[in-house]
Amino acid sequence: MKKALAYARATDTCVSPKSFFSCFFVLFVDEVFMLKNYLKIAFKVLLRRKFFTFISLFAISFTLIILMVATALFDNVFAPQPPEDKADRSLYVMGIRLQGPESQSTGPAGYVFLERYVRTLPNVEKVSIYTTPNVVYSFWKGGKIKSFLKRTDGEFWQIMGFRFLEGGPFTAEDEKSANFVAVINEATRRKFFGDEPAVGKMIEADGQQFRVVGVVGNVPIFRINPFADIWVPISTSKTNAYKSQLLRGEFQAAILAKSSADLPGIKSEFESRLPGVEFPDKREFNTAIGGADTMFEFASRMMIPSQQMESQPRKLLAIIISLMVLFMILPTVNLININVSRILERASEIGVRKAFGASSWTLVGQFVTENVLLTLIGGVLGFFGSQFVLKLIADSGLIPYAEFHLNYRFFVYGLLTALFFGLFSGVYPAWKMSRLHPVQALKGAGGSR
Amino acid sequence: MIQLEGIEKVYRTERIETVALTNINMNVGEGEFISIMGPSGSGKSTLLNVIGLLDVPTGGKVALNSKPVTSYSDRNLARVRNEEIGFVFQTFHLINDLNVVDNVEIPLLYRKGISSGERRKLALRALDRVGLHARVHHFPGQLSGGQQQRVAIARAIVGNPRILLADEPTGNLDSQMGDEIMDVLRGLNENEKTTVVMVTHDPRQAEKTERVVRLFDGRQVS
Ligand SMILES: Nc1ncnc2c1ncn2[C@@H]1O[C@H](COP(=O)(O)OP(=O)(O)O)[C@@H](O)[C@H]1O
Ligand SMILES: [Mg+2]
Repeated sequence: MKKALAYARATDTCVSPKSFFSCFFVLFVDEVFMLKNYLKIAFKVLLRRKFFTFISLFAISFTLIILMVATALFDNVFAPQPPEDKADRSLYVMGIRLQGPESQSTGPAGYVFLERYVRTLPNVEKVSIYTTPNVVYSFWKGGKIKSFLKRTDGEFWQIMGFRFLEGGPFTAEDEKSANFVAVINEATRRKFFGDEPAVGKMIEADGQQFRVVGVVGNVPIFRINPFADIWVPISTSKTNAYKSQLLRGEFQAAILAKSSADLPGIKSEFESRLPGVEFPDKREFNTAIGGADTMFEFASRMMIPSQQMESQPRKLLAIIISLMVLFMILPTVNLININVSRILERASEIGVRKAFGASSWTLVGQFVTENVLLTLIGGVLGFFGSQFVLKLIADSGLIPYAEFHLNYRFFVYGLLTALFFGLFSGVYPAWKMSRLHPVQALKGAGGSR
Repeated sequence: MIQLEGIEKVYRTERIETVALTNINMNVGEGEFISIMGPSGSGKSTLLNVIGLLDVPTGGKVALNSKPVTSYSDRNLARVRNEEIGFVFQTFHLINDLNVVDNVEIPLLYRKGISSGERRKLALRALDRVGLHARVHHFPGQLSGGQQQRVAIARAIVGNPRILLADEPTGNLDSQMGDEIMDVLRGLNENEKTTVVMVTHDPRQAEKTERVVRLFDGRQVS
């Protein structure tokens, strides 16, 4: 290859169109060899232009930090991670809307509705029904402990992959026989027992006594479905009123499919059941709207206003992505702006470099390298910055039991986007700069004193 | 080594047409020391830029080593400028963000196969040749005009070009500093056989060169 390169350079093959390809190749290889020099110059220029460098780095890393914190929050709600480790083949019935001639009612479903229309869905692995978490108080050793209590069935523990620190879950058998057993989280164990083992001990909650059978790690509040401090069987409810909650109530359901390929079928089966829902009084309500959703689809149902409360996950995704891109464009525009306004300032430099043998290509390479280097440094700063900010948020206790993880996949996306924009924001000004005629550039600059 | 034949240069802007050069014929031979003289606006800089392949004439032929330069691509022209030609400007045109040695190294950056150690060595040697030993890590703004022009000359000669083009190199300097710079240029011409073409206003300096090309209103008068 060395020989081919030397030949191409020695014979000036670039001028003959038939060897355009090899010329382009030579040009490319040459540029790669020049990269080291570009990097060196870029470093020196960036170090000297401290203010510019600072502003640009700040813009890039700040953008990345926001992006990373946003995706970490997003993951905290939506990503398949424990206890919802099977979220990629799970659907949830978070609520329904009832409509009638004069009124409507939206919220969690009734126990009967879920037993009748969800529990019976064919071709699913498991269905779990559970209440939304309720605030309850325990009077304990002269103090008052506030907890979120969730009543669940036994399947709940098979769909959710809780991490047990002690003991284990209660079972469908416990639910059937209304055993007063409870699973508590780590924070609750600490409140009741210090850090002593809790399994086998009794706790009091909302005036009822439960025997602790298991202790699990804390679940962030954003995990709406598994989240609680204390979990007990549904059948331990104080009254049997839930058994006559027909349509609206305080229950939600999780459906675990055998594989994610089955999800569309399950969704349409559930939706096809809605028109057949029996209404006790059709003058009050006569239509049920809802669906079996992934959490993201549910979010799209809640966040994008629509007449029928439709699930529009694609639209929500598009909105989120465009917001992110918009957000990324800001520092890019800023960079382009700074770079373009520096053209005049750097005209002398461009003229000099051209006079001393830089081709237009070389100059483009150099200015682009400067920007890419800047972007990469900004990326590294953004990486550590976002870890720091996430730790700050987690430590602040603003979000109970929040556990943030830097999403590496998104970090790579973010960095790639930044790099793309770095290239982009470098190429245009560089192209403009390289087009400057050397004589004009030197004239316009008016010296360097 | 550079032949100009019937060179014309016309600047066309939207409304006005400026004829900067008409029918210039000249030959720059190996080892010569030529000065170009003429009143302001007579086309001296334009001519020098044409000789240095920085500017393309609107008419006539430029040949480098008897090969017409129209046959060179942008890339190859850049290479010729890099290897064969060194420029010195009236206003120095040093890059303020780079220190003295880095400024001098610039032409070598665009040359393949030179290690950074070698580059540094050559740059220091070039600075030595123009009599600037200290202050090599200063930035241009920290130097006097004469010192800056020495740096600029060091940059122009660091790649051992065969021809040095200087556009009023002493125009921004007082006469003592100007004389020093002239001595440097003459030394390069005598000791290293570098061809020098210099634009100047100063008849005193022009006298010291072998040949004077006079321009008036874009025309060669002698
Ligand atoms: N870029 C340009 N556009 C239009 N006219 C120009 C340009 N550059 C130079 N000129 C004109 O060309 C003539 C010669 O300019 P120049 O070569 O700079 O003269 P000198 O160096 O002898 O002072 C002048 O009349 C000048 O105004
Ligand atoms: Mg001039």
